[in-house]
Amino acid sequence: MRPDIKTRVFTLIVILTQVLGNFALSWGLKHEAEGLSSSPLTFLRAIFTPYVLLGISLLIVWLLSRMTLLSWADLSYVLPVTSIGYVLNSVIGVYFFDEKISPARWLGTFLIVAGIVLVGTTCPRTTPGQMAEKA
Amino acid sequence: MIQWLLVGVIVISTVMGDLLRLGRIGAVLAELARRRFLIGAVFFMAISVFAFMKLLSVADLSFAVPASAATVVVETVLAKLLLKEQVDVRRWAGAGLVACGVVLLAL
Repeated sequence: MRPDIKTRVFTLIVILTQVLGNFALSWGLKHEAEGLSSSPLTFLRAIFTPYVLLGISLLIVWLLSRMTLLSWADLSYVLPVTSIGYVLNSVIGVYFFDEKISPARWLGTFLIVAGIVLVGTTCPRTTPGQMAEKA
Repeated sequence: MIQWLLVGVIVISTVMGDLLRLGRIGAVLAELARRRFLIGAVFFMAISVFAFMKLLSVADLSFAVPASAATVVVETVLAKLLLKEQVDVRRWAGAGLVACGVVLLAL
């Protein structure tokens, strides 16, 4: 069965908020926040710079939308579909941060995606529990 | 070196957070105990976020995000050991691929 519109919209939100959240967080930490030291104070100061704040907010939306999506969609659907985020993050690294990605790193990134897709082909629940009763 | 240390902190704290969130062993633990698990989950997730912030400030985005996928490998092993999930060949293979991918990131 093809995913319905609600599932597609939430999947898109999960992918976009993760990728954009990591991008904003990374941008903020590299460009506007002063260096993070072992003092918790530097972390607190960094959190309240605009891009870091945006990044953290997006990642909170990511966490909540992912939990919402998982409340009706299978983990085995969510896991592989959202793993495209790893690749998108690397692409952002190349275009916006001028990162040099070696062939080994690309291969590593795609192996990670392949591994997650493979896990996604397995049965999502192997232990008895509340979810099994509901189904 | 520091980046792998940070990846380690992220992996351990994310795993602890996920395990404590999912680990309602027997699903009949008292409300208090469950709340204690949840508080623990939030605590470790917070450590994970701060370590990830530090990692992003010292390492490439294209390293930091995939490297945190090492969580999948550790969680698979612990899901088998602690949550008694049945991890079949495909799941082990998937976790293995992720592990190989993370190793390649270091090259």
